[in-house]
Amino acid sequence: MTDTRVLLEVENLHTQFDTSAGMVRAVDGISYTVNEGETVGIVGESGCGKSVGAMSILRLIPDPPGRIASGSVRFDGKDLLTMNDAEIREVRGGQISMVFQEPMTSLNPVLSIGLQLCETMEIHLKLGPEEAKARAIELLDLVGISEPARRLQQYPHHLSGGMRQRVMIALALSCKPKLIIADEPTTALDVTIQAQILELMKDLSNRLRVALIIITHNLGVVARYADRVYVMYAGRIVESGSASDIYHRPVHPYTLGLLRSVPRLDRPRGERLIPIDGHPPDLTREIHGCAYRPRCSFAVERCAHEAPRIEEVAPGHASACFEKARLERLLKEAS
Amino acid sequence: MSAIAGATARPDTSPAIQTEQPLLEVRNLKMHFTVAEGLLSRRKASKIKAVDDVSFTIARGETLGLVGESGCGKTTTGRCILHLEKPTSGEIIFEGQNLTNLDRKALNEKRERMQVIFQDPYSSLNPRMKVGDIIGEPMKVHGIHPDRNKRDQRVAELLSVCGLNPKFMDRYPHEMSGGQRQRVGIARALSLNPDFIVCDEAVSALDVSIQAQVINLLENLREQFNLSYLFIAHDLSVVRHLCHRVAVMYLGRMVELADSDELFSNPLHPYTQALLEAVPIPDPEIERRRAHRIMKGEVPSPINPPSGCVFHPRCPLAVDSCRQEVPQLRELKPGHWVACPRV
Repeated sequence: MTDTRVLLEVENLHTQFDTSAGMVRAVDGISYTVNEGETVGIVGESGCGKSVGAMSILRLIPDPPGRIASGSVRFDGKDLLTMNDAEIREVRGGQISMVFQEPMTSLNPVLSIGLQLCETMEIHLKLGPEEAKARAIELLDLVGISEPARRLQQYPHHLSGGMRQRVMIALALSCKPKLIIADEPTTALDVTIQAQILELMKDLSNRLRVALIIITHNLGVVARYADRVYVMYAGRIVESGSASDIYHRPVHPYTLGLLRSVPRLDRPRGERLIPIDGHPPDLTREIHGCAYRPRCSFAVERCAHEAPRIEEVAPGHASACFEKARLERLLKEAS
Repeated sequence: MSAIAGATARPDTSPAIQTEQPLLEVRNLKMHFTVAEGLLSRRKASKIKAVDDVSFTIARGETLGLVGESGCGKTTTGRCILHLEKPTSGEIIFEGQNLTNLDRKALNEKRERMQVIFQDPYSSLNPRMKVGDIIGEPMKVHGIHPDRNKRDQRVAELLSVCGLNPKFMDRYPHEMSGGQRQRVGIARALSLNPDFIVCDEAVSALDVSIQAQVINLLENLREQFNLSYLFIAHDLSVVRHLCHRVAVMYLGRMVELADSDELFSNPLHPYTQALLEAVPIPDPEIERRRAHRIMKGEVPSPINPPSGCVFHPRCPLAVDSCRQEVPQLRELKPGHWVACPRV
């Protein structure tokens, strides 16, 4: 990445949900940036707030019960959180588009592929019907769908899961966005199809210089595709850095725990996994101190009553842990 | 645990060189389903060959991995072994006895020895039953410990073997997390002291940190009780970690079978190779060095599968003869079987 102009800047974002069990702080003060044309991975387990954080960018949180309580989201110089409804609609699907996990449910089953593609372009790019159709064919061809002209008349149920996800990508690209947010884009797909889709997204993002946020629980996918990585736990970012920082020099006990608990294709049978004890916290209860403390082997007295702030340990590499220096030293000694 | 009789831990010997009789043998298993085409008219019925001529063995204490993409027949194979599905043809020989021609009573006795753990810890537990009753029900059905107190004692024992507090007995599934529920599913599978467990995507729905806990639990239980697993999964990294031997399926057929380390370091079938290359490794340095050759196309419809070798339309090695001849498994190295004439 030679160009480091910041495209998206999320600052101290808080998103909360009112539930019958109490208020859930799904996203509890996250800050991150995405540069033009780069691929950023956001990893974490179920319920860590990775999807809610991304949906909040486009204000796609159902309100009520959800609410963006505070923070700012600056995209290309404009604050998305203070825009009026008409303005944010311009951004959604226009400059920022999304690819969701479920290719079965994110396309409208009763509208043809062509209609869904053309509608977006007629609205956002103000194209006429003929122009839109021509560009729709071009896009389907771009994402590797055979006989694109014929597909325009087809409906989502005519297509396989992988094909539908390709259509979703065509849809996401249709209005020449600057940023695509892909939320678990391949989780529902078989492994060879997963590789096809991710390779396609990465290739298109390089060629068209679209920035990409990949939200996933799959550490392998992030390692293969992301330039920079944010690790989330219980609504917060606990570590951020370049992909090699995160995988080779982790400075948060949770990141280390994740890496040690994931089975790898390149490791022989029987090598013991070191799981993280316990389970993620219940976010309806107020968390005192560090949310990871009950599962953490590095925890000290201070972690119980004070939440660590994320601080840099090296340029571009930050961790939210009081014991990061000790962790770093121990890992260095071990290697 | 005293209740599991005759369970002695034994060293982790390679099953490939075990000469004793296998615990389970599957011979030429075929499961063909008939589907009517069209919604209203019952025009022609076509056949789906969900499992087509699959054979393998599983030794005592061994974990055999069964991998492949959706629709390859791996789950159906597991269901046929458990006789949840009556196979079209083929033999399932368990402890030397052919299950396919046993009467109902004899089959039920054998069934005690074979259990299953399902993928979804949400839908596989009855939401209206307490955990204690869920785990105790198989014992009730099979008439083991008809006395409630005895049964509860055993349930408590099973819960603690699976890493749960015995107090969970009185809870309902919705009060538990996904990982805890999966442990309940495992405790239920263990309740009848089985020898063999089909793990059908048993850890696929779990988050990484919880998944590792359950993987370790399964491995410990296997060693402790000398269990055999048929481990059905699509996640090849998990399979590499847990399985002694691995069978790869594609569109109802077995394309490769080998010792785990051999299969993952030296895959021979072009499909296995493509499958392994598609799996990302959580290490950016390794990923940068790896060739990312991406296999084109998708798995064809099983209603109208390709002629000859079902993999030929996607195969980089395919020649004309692959379109006509169905390849047979050949043993290229001791214990390494491949169904491809071109390797």
